[in-house]
Amino acid sequence: MTDPSSTAAPALTRDDVAHLAHLARLELTDTELDLYLDQLTVILDSVAAVTEVAAADIVPTTHAVPLTNVSRADVLRPGLSRDAALAGAPAAEDGQFRVPQILGEEQ
Amino acid sequence: MSSATPTLADYDHAIETFDPVLGLEVHVELGTATKMFCGCSTAFGAPPNTQVCPVCLALPGAMPVVNATAVEYAVRIGLALHCSIASWCRFARKNYFYPDMPKNFQTSQYDEPIAVNGYLDVQVDGETVRVEIERAHMEEDTGKSTHVGGLTGRIHGAEYSLLDYNRAGVPLVEIVTKPITGTKASAPAVARAYVAALRDLLLSLEVSDVRMDQGSLRCDANVSLTPAGNPVFGTRTETKNVNSLRSVERAVRHEICRQAAVLEAGGRIVQETRHFDESTGTTSPGRSKETAEDYRYFPEPDLVPLAPAPEWVEGIRASLPELPWLRRARLQQEWGLSDLEMRDLVAADAVGLVEATVDAGAPADQARSWWSAYLGQQANSRGVSLAELPITPQQVARVVALVAAGTLSAKLARQVVDGVLAGEGDPDEVVAARGLAVVSDDSALQQAVDQALAAAPDVADRIRSGRVQAVGAVVGAVMKATRGQADAARVRELVFSTLGVQA
Ligand SMILES: [Zn+2]
Repeated sequence: MTDPSSTAAPALTRDDVAHLAHLARLELTDTELDLYLDQLTVILDSVAAVTEVAAADIVPTTHAVPLTNVSRADVLRPGLSRDAALAGAPAAEDGQFRVPQILGEEQ
Repeated sequence: MSSATPTLADYDHAIETFDPVLGLEVHVELGTATKMFCGCSTAFGAPPNTQVCPVCLALPGAMPVVNATAVEYAVRIGLALHCSIASWCRFARKNYFYPDMPKNFQTSQYDEPIAVNGYLDVQVDGETVRVEIERAHMEEDTGKSTHVGGLTGRIHGAEYSLLDYNRAGVPLVEIVTKPITGTKASAPAVARAYVAALRDLLLSLEVSDVRMDQGSLRCDANVSLTPAGNPVFGTRTETKNVNSLRSVERAVRHEICRQAAVLEAGGRIVQETRHFDESTGTTSPGRSKETAEDYRYFPEPDLVPLAPAPEWVEGIRASLPELPWLRRARLQQEWGLSDLEMRDLVAADAVGLVEATVDAGAPADQARSWWSAYLGQQANSRGVSLAELPITPQQVARVVALVAAGTLSAKLARQVVDGVLAGEGDPDEVVAARGLAVVSDDSALQQAVDQALAAAPDVADRIRSGRVQAVGAVVGAVMKATRGQADAARVRELVFSTLGVQA
C-alpha cells in the first residue's frame, strides 16, 4: 500500500480507509470511517516512529524468533473425513461446499 | 472493458504492422506426495473433499509447515533454468476474496522468489531462441469450483457454486519469463516451443507429471503489440489457463490478430484477463485488471524464512539428471544424425521412442526409420501422436530383429507391424497367426525354383548364356509362388547355383 522509498508517508485519507474497507468486504458507516481513520493514523504514526529509530543496518523482521528452514518431510498424514470437513459448512451438496452466487469474475 | 467484436486482422498484415511482445507464466503442479503446507495427498481424481485437513481448509488455529521436498523441487527447477537461487526468501500472503481459497489469501512468494534471472533455449524452425526467465516462485494451488445453473458453466448466469478443496494447497511453482521480443511472425511458434521445452525439462527433472490435460501444467499467455520498430511496449492482455501446446500457439496468434484489428481501427487495448475457448480458438474478456489488482501482499507470519544453504543447493545441482538438450546432443552424435534429421525426430516427439527401441536391441538407423517413416504415416492417418500408437519400442525392436534374422522381409515386416497395431499381439504371435514368416527352408525354395525354371525354359537358357539380369523373372515367379514369403536374395542364389552360373 505504501511506497517504501518515500521517507515521510503521506497522511492517510478517508478515501484510503473506504478503499481498505472495500477490499476487506466491510461495510462501514461514515461515523465508522472517521473512527478508523483516526485509529489507523495513530498506528501508522507509531510505526513511523520506529522507522525513525531503526538505522539502515537494522534488517526489518517479520517474525518474533530468528528461525529459518522449518519444514516437514513429504509424508502423508491423515486429514479429515469428508463428513467432518463439511460439518461446519453453512451449506453442502454432493460432498462439496455450496457457496452463494459469486459476483464478479472467476480467478 | 473492450468490446467483444470478433473482427480479426489478417495475420501477415498484423505482423508487418506490429511487433508482438510475449510474456509467459507457466504454473506447474509439483509431483510431491503431499501438499505444500500440510500432509494431505495430492493425488488427482479423488472424490471431492476427501483430501483435506484443518490447514488446507483454513480452520481456526491450524498452522502451515513447509514441505521440504517441494522446496527441493523448486530449487531443482530454478537450477535447470540457469537461475540464481536466493540465499534467503520468504512466503507472502496474496489477499483476495474468492471461495477457491478458504483462507481468503493464497500463500505465495512476492518480492523474494526462490529463483531469479535464468533462461531456457528453445528450438524454433532450426533456430535457437533464448527465452529469459524473470523468476520461479513457490505457491499453492487453489480449490476447484463448479458453477451450477446457467448454460455455460461459467460464473455468469450461475445460481450457486460448489467447492472441492482437494486441490487447495497442492504445491505449485510459477515460472515467469521476461518480455520475449523480436520474434515477429514466429511469436506463436516460440510460445508453443517454450512451453514444450519447459514440459520436457520438468519431466526429465522428475518434479511433475506435466499432464496438461489434468492441469498439472498450465500456461497464461501475455501478449501486447507495439507499432513495428517502436521500442515501447503496448498494453498487454493475459489469456488464462491455456491448456495444450496447440492452444498456446492458437491463443497467441488469435490475440495478435484481435489486438491488431482493435489498434488499426483507432481503438485501445484494455489491460485485462481473457479466457481462451478451445472450441472456437478465440479469447473473450474477463476481469479488467485496472481496478481489480490490489492483493496487499505481506510477509507470511505463520512461516519462517527459507535460507537454502549454498552446499545444499550445490548438492542438488550435482544431482540434476542429464537435461533434455544435452541428451539430444548426445543421442544425435551416437546415432550419427544431421541437425535436420534430429530436428525432425524432436518435432515428431520420437526421440524417446527411438532411444527405447535402440535400448531394446535395434540398430539406431533401423529404429529411426521405423518411427519416422512407416509408423509416422500410421500415426498421421489415425490422427494420433507416435506415443499413442498401440505398439511399443520393444515390439518395434523385435520386428527389426526378425528382419535381421531373415525371418521377415521388409514387406512382411510391415504386415507384422500392421498386425500389432490391430491388436493381434506381439510380433511373434502375429507372425505365427498370419503365417507370415519368410520361407527359408532351402528344400521348399529349391522346389519352387525348379518349377519356375521348368515353366520358363527360354529364360533359363538366357541366364545360362550369361544374361544374368534375366534372373529377375524367375525370382518374381518364385516370390509369387511363395506369396512373397521368400527371401529374394536367397532365391537368386539358388537360381544361379541350379543353372551352374557364376553370378
Ligand atoms: Zn490439508
